[in-house]
Amino acid sequence: MSNIVDSLYNIRLLDDLARKKTFIHIIHPLIKLLTTIVYVAVLVSFERHEVSALLPFVFYPVFILSFAEIPVVPILKRVLLIEPLIIGIGILNPLFDNYSVVFGDIVVSRGWLTFLSIFIKCSLAVTVSILLVATTGMDKLALALRMLKIPRILVLQLLLTYRYIWLLIEEALRMMQAYSLRAPGRKGVKINDLGSFLGQMLLRAFDRAQRIYQTMSLRGFTGEYNAGDISKIRFRDFVYFAAWSLFFIIARIYNIAVLIGALLTGVGR
Amino acid sequence: MHMADALISPAVGGTMLAATAGIAAYSAKKVQNDMDESKIPLMGVMGAFVFAAQMINFSIPGTGSSGHLGGGMLLAILLGPYAGFLTMASILLIQALFFGDGGLLAYGCNVFNLGFYTCFVAYPLIYKKLVRKGVNPRSIFVGSMVSSMVGLQLGAFSVVVQTLLSGKTELPFGQFLLLMQPIHLAIGVIEGLATAAIVTFIWRARPEILERVAFGKSLGGVPIKKVLTGLVVAVVIVGGLLSWFASTNPDGLEWSIERVAGTAELETPDGIHKIFSEIQSKTAFLPDYGFKTDQDDVQNLPAVEDEEAWPSVDAGTSVSGIVGGAMTLVLAAFMGWIINISKKKRGKAVV
Repeated sequence: MSNIVDSLYNIRLLDDLARKKTFIHIIHPLIKLLTTIVYVAVLVSFERHEVSALLPFVFYPVFILSFAEIPVVPILKRVLLIEPLIIGIGILNPLFDNYSVVFGDIVVSRGWLTFLSIFIKCSLAVTVSILLVATTGMDKLALALRMLKIPRILVLQLLLTYRYIWLLIEEALRMMQAYSLRAPGRKGVKINDLGSFLGQMLLRAFDRAQRIYQTMSLRGFTGEYNAGDISKIRFRDFVYFAAWSLFFIIARIYNIAVLIGALLTGVGR
Repeated sequence: MHMADALISPAVGGTMLAATAGIAAYSAKKVQNDMDESKIPLMGVMGAFVFAAQMINFSIPGTGSSGHLGGGMLLAILLGPYAGFLTMASILLIQALFFGDGGLLAYGCNVFNLGFYTCFVAYPLIYKKLVRKGVNPRSIFVGSMVSSMVGLQLGAFSVVVQTLLSGKTELPFGQFLLLMQPIHLAIGVIEGLATAAIVTFIWRARPEILERVAFGKSLGGVPIKKVLTGLVVAVVIVGGLLSWFASTNPDGLEWSIERVAGTAELETPDGIHKIFSEIQSKTAFLPDYGFKTDQDDVQNLPAVEDEEAWPSVDAGTSVSGIVGGAMTLVLAAFMGWIINISKKKRGKAVV
């Protein structure tokens, strides 16, 4: 049950963070979405053994975390929760790739490089996705999706799903509490009870949808999604996008970490 | 079985995003034409329901472990393929954004793996065929079970193929396949059990929901040939386009770098490197560190190293990479620290 509460907390936290008004928050949502997509695309374009060249990409999330005043620990916790999955797949690499690589006196399997590379890519990609929501919020992201010509019905449906997740998870939590009080010490719902448990939840959801539709109709819903004020993309938004894209491309072309290392160790050309 | 950003290449991610966008646009058009707007809140609430239902763990008899619902098949059965697909797409986007499950670039892969196979393959070709003769607990059970299993097997296979095409891991195709398919067979059985239990309950309690939503005329059948043809065309066009970019180099980005800079690896000693080498003679705090000879050897190597030449990568660059990487992280942390300090100071000044 704790993971249900965690999920509720997480959604609420990101929602709250998105309401801040820092320099990052007021950048146009579409610009932030596009910058994030460029970031992820450039990040995953590195070949599978690349490790050091990935590190300069840490600057972008650190920049956002700092300027948008986002607390680091809850975001990192969220990222860590995802890691076991990626470690599961990544850890097999050293087994399948026995090519050895020499670092000074240390010889390691090349698969470890692949593993590290996947691990870093995953951590960074997940962090920037969560930061995107934490600095933008779902409503404004939906607006950005509409500007990208994503079908109206999909965006509307996305917003409704998002709106009701909160309510339905709370309902699931209440039902789970009621169930566990009647079945103490049980790890999960008994499979025989599953049909009626989730089925009841589903029927309640159906009825809720019916009521929601009625109230929406009474308030003049005609199937249209009104986003409110659509803010224009301003010059500084362009500059933000261009500056970051330039940085990502430079970091893709030049291995900044190795350049810094060369400066310090005197190795190089 | 969410596909992660870290495991895919831009070409595979881009192709799958395009394919998914195509199916989503088609589904949105179908839903808009066929459905009255009262279904919009239903789709929204059903999406939230699946989200909440995924939180409910149930015990799997005889194993001591627990599982949860995936929901792809359930959405197809309760909402029909088009609305089901769109609902799955929005669930996956929220998961990607809020929970980091999957990712933005892998989003297309995930919607395709978890939404397309269930809604447009398993549902029309298996579930509907099996349940057509008469809706009863038996046919619902068999239909849900077989379609969930097939849907997940196809999805898992798709994950393996996408990973393989992306080339970001060392996992050999065969081994990865042997790992993924049996796991997802088990997951498919659990998914089938859960789906069957819920659908049977709904059929007993409120049969009109199933009749109206899934078998009713309002949502229509799936012209599977049309969907598949469109999909194949889209994949061929996009995939062809991207693989053209990718043909000379692992990915289009490298290709474009090559175009821009004249070489793919950019280890040439002019431009920024030259400037750096001038600066570094003054900045290097370990000037006598003995890697220079290695470095000189490596410079004679061709700029583009192939796979076989890989291990001969020089120790000098490796050490530079490690030192520089550590420095990069320290710099990044320092930047964050400075920004925080200055922000706090400014905050105090205002107060």
